Amino acid sequence: MGPNGSGKSTLAQVLAGRETYEVTRGEVLYEGKNLLEMAPEERACEGVFMAFQYPVEIPGVSSAQFLKAALNAIRRARGLEELDAMEFLALVKQKFKVLGVDEKLLHRSVNEGFSGGEKKRNEIFQMALLEPRLCILDETDSGLDIDALKIVASGVNGLRSPGRAILVITHYQRLLNYIIPDYVHVLVDGRIVRSGGKELALELEEKGYALIEGGAGAAAPGRR
Amino acid sequence: MSTSTNAIEALVNREYKWGFVTEIEQDVAPPGLNEDTIRLISSKKNEPEWLLEWRLKAYRHWLTIKEPTWHNVHYPPIDYQGISYYAAPKKKELQSLDEVDPELLRTYEKLGIPLEEQKMLTGVAVDAVFDSVSVATTFKEKLAELGIIFCSFSEAAQEHQELVRKYLGSVVPYTDNFFATLNSAVFTDGSFCYIPKGVRCPMELSTYFRINAASTGQFERTLIVAEPGSHVSYLEGCTAPMRDENQLHAAVVELIAHDDARIKYSTIQNWYPGDKDGKGGIYNFVTKRGKCLGRNSHISWTQVETGSAITWKYPSCMLIGDNSVGEFYSVALTNNYQQADTGTKMIHVGKNTRSTIVSKGISAGHGQNTYRGGVKILKNATGARNYTQCDSLLIGDKCGAHTFPYIEVKNSTARMEHEASTSKIGDDQIFYCNQRGITKEDAVNLIVNGFCKEVFRELPMEFAVEAQKLLSVSLEGSVG
Ligand SMILES: Nc1ncnc2c1ncn2[C@@H]1O[C@H](COP(=O)(O)OP(=O)(O)O)[C@@H](O)[C@H]1O
Ligand SMILES: [Mg+2]
Repeated sequence: MGPNGSGKSTLAQVLAGRETYEVTRGEVLYEGKNLLEMAPEERACEGVFMAFQYPVEIPGVSSAQFLKAALNAIRRARGLEELDAMEFLALVKQKFKVLGVDEKLLHRSVNEGFSGGEKKRNEIFQMALLEPRLCILDETDSGLDIDALKIVASGVNGLRSPGRAILVITHYQRLLNYIIPDYVHVLVDGRIVRSGGKELALELEEKGYALIEGGAGAAAPGRR
Repeated sequence: MSTSTNAIEALVNREYKWGFVTEIEQDVAPPGLNEDTIRLISSKKNEPEWLLEWRLKAYRHWLTIKEPTWHNVHYPPIDYQGISYYAAPKKKELQSLDEVDPELLRTYEKLGIPLEEQKMLTGVAVDAVFDSVSVATTFKEKLAELGIIFCSFSEAAQEHQELVRKYLGSVVPYTDNFFATLNSAVFTDGSFCYIPKGVRCPMELSTYFRINAASTGQFERTLIVAEPGSHVSYLEGCTAPMRDENQLHAAVVELIAHDDARIKYSTIQNWYPGDKDGKGGIYNFVTKRGKCLGRNSHISWTQVETGSAITWKYPSCMLIGDNSVGEFYSVALTNNYQQADTGTKMIHVGKNTRSTIVSKGISAGHGQNTYRGGVKILKNATGARNYTQCDSLLIGDKCGAHTFPYIEVKNSTARMEHEASTSKIGDDQIFYCNQRGITKEDAVNLIVNGFCKEVFRELPMEFAVEAQKLLSVSLEGSVG
C-alpha cells in the first residue's frame, strides 16, 4: 500500500520487465535467479504475472488466439506439451466456469471495448489460466463496484496456495476485507517505510498515510 | 534487454530464403529491345503470324508513350535497352515431366512446389514458369476430361488459337498503359485457362512464377476465360533469387467471366524485396483486370503482397453484366525500403452491380505503403453499391502509409460506404503480450494476423497458412 505516486506501479512494472524503466542499481532475486537479466517474456515463462492497472486493448486479436499463444508459450517453457485447439478450449471453459466469465469473451478482441470491470476480471482470469508463481496485482480493485470486487477477490482467493506468492497493490483497505493479507507493506517515496500484519491496513485507513510518513524517519532511517 | 536485442539482430540478418540461384544452362537473348527482339521471341515460341503482328503493334505504340509518374513510388530510370527479354532453360520440346531437367524440379521442390504429380498437394494443379517459359503443367489430363484447358500461354497460342485470339487484349488492350503495352510486345509465357460452360473446376489451378536469370525481365501473361455457369479458383505465387541489381517484372492478367461464372484469383507475391538497405529487388509493375461480362458474374481478387522492391498494381473489375460482383481483398506489406502503390478500380457499368474493397496496408522499417482506389458508378448502373474498407498498420516510426481513394458517381441511386483507419502497434501492446509469455516477434505476428484476417479468410485454406508464415518472415526484424 502507499499514497499516489509513491512508486507502486513502478515496482510492479520493473518486476515484470517493462523496458521503459531503467534499473540503475540493485538486483531482484526470484527463485534464486536475477530477474533483471531476463526479457519480460522469459520472466512470464518463469512464472511472473502482472495484472495490469490499465489492461491494454489489442484490436483484431481475438482473446482465444491471444490466450492460446500465451498458454502455449508458457507450457513450452515448462517443458509441457502445447495444447491443441480442442484441449485449449476445454481448459478455458473449465476456468471460465470457476470465475463466472462469459464464454463470448473468447471471440472478442483482447480487452477491446471491455468495461473497466470486465478488463480487471479478464486479468484475473488470465492469471488463473497461466498459473503463475508470483502474481502482482496492480490496483486491480480500482474502479470496481462492490459486486465486481467480490468476484475478483474470490478469483484471487481461489488461487492462493503455498506455492504461489501474491503481491496485491492497493490504496484501499476495502479490498482487504475480501482478500485477507498475510503481510502489509507500506511504500512511500520508493521505500518500504513500514511492514506489519493485516492490522496495519486498518490503521492506515484510520490515520491516513500522512501519519505513517511522519513516522517513517524512524522506521527507515536510510531514506533520502 | 540485451538478450532480445541480439535475437532481433539475428533475425534482421536472416536471408530471404528463396534467394538461391539455379545453375542451369540458359538460352538468353542479348539485352536490348527492338523489332528483331520481338520477332525472336515470337519465333522461339512458334507463334502464329497474327500474334507477332499484335506484338509489333504494341511495340510501335509503346515507342510513342511515356512511363507514368503519377504513382507514389520512386526509383531510378529503368534502362529498357539493358534488359534481356528472353531467357529459357536449355532443352525444349518436353513431352512429359520425366524430361524436365532434374535441376529445375529440384528448384521447385526447394521452393516447396513439387511438380511430380503424385507428390502434389491434393487438389492443386500447377503450371510452373521459369524465367520466360513454362516448364511443367501438372494434372493436365485430369482437367482435360472436363474440358478444362490449363496450359502455358505459349502452348495456348498454338493449340487454342481461336480462344486466345478472341480474348487476348479484350480486357487489357495493348494500348492500356506503359507497362501493359511493353508486356504486350515482349511477353514470353504465362498461363492460359479455359473453363467450359457449367463446369466447376474440381481443383485449385495455380501458377508458380520464378525469375532465375540475371539481367532479365519477366513479362508473363495470364488469360482466364470462364464460360457461363463455370467456377474456377486460381492461385499464383512468385519468388526470385537475391541479386544486387533491380529486375523488372511487368505482367498482365486478363479475366473474363460470362453469365453466372465465378473466378477467384489469389496471389501470393513474394518476389525478392531487396536487402535491408534497399539494394536490389524486383520492380513489380503489373496490370490485372477482370471483366464481369455476364449477368450475375463474379470476380474476386485476393492478394498478399509481401515481396518486391516496388509493387505497382491495381487488380480491377469492370462490372458490365447486371448484378455482377467484384471483390478486392488485399494485404500489402512494406518493410525495410520497400514501396507499394496498390489498390483497385471498380467500374460499375451494369445495374445492381456490387463491389467490395478490403485493403490492409502494413508498413514497417522505412517502408512506404500507398492505397490507391477508384470506384466509378456510371450513368446506367442503377442500384450499384460499393463498400470500401481501407486500413493501415504502422510498425515503428520511419515508415509511411498513404491513401488515395477516388470516387466518381454518375447515378444517384448508388450506395457508397467508405471506412478507413490507421493504427500503430504500440509498445504497450507488445509489452502486454510479453508479460503473458509471448515473444516480440510472436506478438507482432499475432497483431498483424489479426489485422489481416478478413483478407486471409478469402484465401484457399492451404494458402492462408502459407500467407501467414510469409508475413511473419517478411516482418522479421521490424521490431526492437
Ligand atoms: N524508484 C523510482 N525512481 C525514479 N522514479 C520513480 C521511482 N518510483 C516512481 N518513480 C516515478 O514516480 C511516478 C509515480 O510512480 P508510480 O509508480 O506510478 O506511483 P503509484 O503507482 O504508487 O501511484 C512515476 O512517474 C515514476 O516515474
Ligand atoms: Mg499506480
